[in-house]
Amino acid sequence: MAHDLYWRKTRRLTFGLLVIWVFITFVLTWYAKELNAFSLFGFPLGFYMAAQGSLVIYLAIIWYYNRRMRQLEAEFGIDDE
Amino acid sequence: MPGSLTRLQRYYLLYTGGFILFVAALALLEDHGMPPRWIGYSFLIFTISMYAVIGIMSRTSDVSEFYVAGRRVPAFFNGMATGADWMSAASFIGLAGTLYLSGYQGLAFVLGWTGGFVLVALLLAPYLRRFGEYTIPDFLSARYGGNAIRLVAVGAAILASFVYVVAQIYGVGVITSRFVSLQFEIGVFVGLAGILVCSFLGGMRAVTWTQVAQYVILIIAYITPVAILSWSVTGNPVPQVVYGQVLQRVQEMEDKLFDSPAEVDARRLYRERADGYAQKIMQLPNSLSLEREDLTARINELKASDAQMKDIVALERQRRELPHDPDQARLRWEAAMFAAAERAAPPIHHAAAFPGDDEEGWAQRINFLALVFCLTVGTAALPHVLMRYYTTPSVREARESVFWSLLFILLLYVTAPAYAVFVKYEVFTHLVDIPIAKLPGWVAAWSKIGLVSIEDINRDGILQLAELSLNPDVIVLATPEIAGMPYVVSGLVAAGGLAAALSTADGLLLTITSALSHDVYYRIFRPQSSTQFRLVISKSMLLVVAVLAATVAAQKPGTILSMVAWAFSIAGSAFFPALVLGIFWRRATRPGALAGMVVGLAVAIYYIFRIEFDGIAWLGVSGLRMEPWFQVQSTSAGVFGVATGFVTIILVSLFTKAPEKEVEAFLDALRRTRRREDA
Repeated sequence: MAHDLYWRKTRRLTFGLLVIWVFITFVLTWYAKELNAFSLFGFPLGFYMAAQGSLVIYLAIIWYYNRRMRQLEAEFGIDDE
Repeated sequence: MPGSLTRLQRYYLLYTGGFILFVAALALLEDHGMPPRWIGYSFLIFTISMYAVIGIMSRTSDVSEFYVAGRRVPAFFNGMATGADWMSAASFIGLAGTLYLSGYQGLAFVLGWTGGFVLVALLLAPYLRRFGEYTIPDFLSARYGGNAIRLVAVGAAILASFVYVVAQIYGVGVITSRFVSLQFEIGVFVGLAGILVCSFLGGMRAVTWTQVAQYVILIIAYITPVAILSWSVTGNPVPQVVYGQVLQRVQEMEDKLFDSPAEVDARRLYRERADGYAQKIMQLPNSLSLEREDLTARINELKASDAQMKDIVALERQRRELPHDPDQARLRWEAAMFAAAERAAPPIHHAAAFPGDDEEGWAQRINFLALVFCLTVGTAALPHVLMRYYTTPSVREARESVFWSLLFILLLYVTAPAYAVFVKYEVFTHLVDIPIAKLPGWVAAWSKIGLVSIEDINRDGILQLAELSLNPDVIVLATPEIAGMPYVVSGLVAAGGLAAALSTADGLLLTITSALSHDVYYRIFRPQSSTQFRLVISKSMLLVVAVLAATVAAQKPGTILSMVAWAFSIAGSAFFPALVLGIFWRRATRPGALAGMVVGLAVAIYYIFRIEFDGIAWLGVSGLRMEPWFQVQSTSAGVFGVATGFVTIILVSLFTKAPEKEVEAFLDALRRTRRREDA
């Protein structure tokens, strides 16, 4: 059924973005000490990620999710009031 | 965004312009000799009366307006309101200070408090909005059925929110007493008035529109001082971009400073002092009587010689202030020992992550990630934030408003680390290695109220880094003075802190009120009550809870401030597993959710309690303190609470009967899996 596909796609999108989120938040952060050996915009990389980089990626994740969901809703003709 | 501005946007643009003009006018007046006290008053009166005007304009007697602002808040403005709702006195005043003191280690708060919004966006906000009722307990009760789960949810919501609201009102008291020199208790009741003018007449509708106004003030107030500081240090007024260079300079100074002979010597002296206290504690109770005898001997000696009277009086006071009994002595000396040990510890580079060796570094990593986890999950479970996503006109706008929320919140959280670095730079250049007699005036001013303390332990007349200790609050509050800015900037910062505290208090208060009046009174006790009467109940509850919170705050409960950190673990453990599984797992059952919420909450509270408290004095229980599991601190109790919550819901659900047809229908509607018959 068409709407089952909508939910399946929503779920896949949600799960995929969550994996990225977990990677940024927990895996990268675990290696912050090692990342600090590199530098970006004059910051040690590990510090930069926790202070700015990850935050911008979070914003991008939400932006992308909203965009994809708008497309999915148009595709399946879902219109919530 | 459409090309032309909406009416609302024009209003708020006008309001922002008005506020900037007001600040400029005060700056001009200060130049012409207006005393600081009057500047403080002007800010207090101007901002609170603005909130009052908005509150009165948005008064309402409609239930849907009162609880969810009529679901007419556009995504952009809901994002701003959520920003103000979310950023509390702790974010505004405390965060930059924490970052100053703990460097990289403090960034757990920045990561956690922003990362949580990804969870809100992906897992919760759209579904809560599609469900479209009034409260979080409403959702849980509709998904799982029954009033038991509603009651547990109400209990957890109140538990997490009440302590939090008390801390906000306490924050208002602190700010007003410092900047307008009101008495603390009067300040607390000014805060109470400031909260009630927004929420009493108009509920969520009024709170929403004042929160937008408060966001504007708090973000201007937060960024202005750092921007000025950044301009004067680097010539670039965008601190978030340029503080990388300043951080490099700070690191160079740290390299030079940390191992200088004077610093090493000062730290050694503190270590000796800490060891001295440790020894005295070991030799209790003998050491206490020895100390008393020693003092008596010295007093007699002085009396026999012709020493000055004031020296004798000083020694006598010292003897009088000795601890009365060994228990008191142990407490006091332990505190002194920890304070000395802290100053004796070798300082850590600002940007260094997990600086410890193998085992210590491992514990630091675990604790950092555990804290990030609790803060993210707590963010995604605090009812006063989630409630805001009921107020948008559509599901799509709910999703978009999470984006705006995070954007507006980011502005502050990206600035906080810059704040810390710039202030550190100022401290290294204008304080450390400077003769104590020549320190800038603000040091003495803030020492008087105990937020800055200086002790020349090696008696060289020069300030060492180890000899300076700063309370985290002082970083934001004193930055205008540190950078030599006019008083009007200090007043602006105070107004911003006030806005942050009031807006969060408003949101929390509404959560508690709606839990009591909507969930308990209307849903459980009297479903037949009229809408008029429901509003009367809501408003009287609001009044009672607000007065109660202000009364508690007026007692200056020191412990309550540390309890706020636990609210995240409590909310996360109670709500997060039940909400997420309720949406994403069909098989989750009522007994499962109920058990999961209770067990998760119990585990979190149990852990906090066993780590933080040794006993309950009034029950005569003691010796309860335990070793932390995996070295995790009590603020991260949610790690265990959330994990056991998930496991319990899954296990109990699998062992109980699968949910009925109604739940299937509920989930189909929530996920839009099947075309509804009538569509």
